Amino acid sequence: MSSTDAPEQASSTDEHDDHHPTPRQYVNIAVVLAVLTALEVSTYFLDFGVIAIPLLVILMVVKFLYVAGWFMHLKFDSRVFGRMMYTGLFLALGLYALAIIVILFDSATIA
Amino acid sequence: MAAGVETTTMGLDHRKLGMWTFLGSEFLFFGAFVSAYLLYLDTTAGGPGVEIFDIPFTSISSFVLLMSSLTMVLAHHAHAQGDLRRMRLWILATAGQGAVFLGGQVFEFNVFVREGLTISESPFASSFYVLTGFHGMHVFVGILLLMSVYVLSLIGKIKPTQHVKTEMIGLYWHFVDIVWVVIFTVVYLIPEIAVLE
Repeated sequence: MSSTDAPEQASSTDEHDDHHPTPRQYVNIAVVLAVLTALEVSTYFLDFGVIAIPLLVILMVVKFLYVAGWFMHLKFDSRVFGRMMYTGLFLALGLYALAIIVILFDSATIA
Repeated sequence: MAAGVETTTMGLDHRKLGMWTFLGSEFLFFGAFVSAYLLYLDTTAGGPGVEIFDIPFTSISSFVLLMSSLTMVLAHHAHAQGDLRRMRLWILATAGQGAVFLGGQVFEFNVFVREGLTISESPFASSFYVLTGFHGMHVFVGILLLMSVYVLSLIGKIKPTQHVKTEMIGLYWHFVDIVWVVIFTVVYLIPEIAVLE
């Protein structure tokens, strides 16, 4: 373990700062996110039929990964940080899965 | 002098590791409320349901929150370059967008209550207000943290070399943003489209 009076320089520079995106890249990512959001909202106004909901889920996941990867720097930071986040996320997804199972079970029982 | 910052045995800044652990646990927090919302989606007790949502309005506030992530990351970038003046500018822009989002949420809640969707109206209403209300509280806390960074940098308590402090607030802010990405799709768009079909 080490201790330093200039902690930010010592810790974060070593980890990832050399690979940080430029402001232009951040703006490009924001443009992509804006386009994806527009596509999401268009599903409300246009009839996408049976692909609407799968499309929304895919767009949600892509937006999530873009923000986490680029804005939260998971693409450039230590993988340990990503593991911490995704552990919580997958545990939470377990809750979603349980909720859906309960809904389906409940519907089947009533029917 | 700021206290020395220990790194973990993996060579990682323990503050960042702590923040990521906290954010990981926050998925469980919000996951529970989203699950409750999905479970109670149809239990409107004769009151208003998802058809009450104003998708165009919520889309705009969602877009504002999404773009606040851009200004937040630009604030961190400016701080990493040692440019505190620009960092403060982007911090203010981020907090402003957060305030616009919160104002939109307060307006939306007022409209819903006037149309009969009170928090005690039905299990659907309760789960909706608890989920989106807790998210709004997170945005509010984020705005307080942003303004703290702004003031502390003005009075010299945050120095140009201490950009991890801005990064930590940024991580929290981006997290609040990605939770809304999920809420906007799962709570607003998908149920609304399912009703239209």
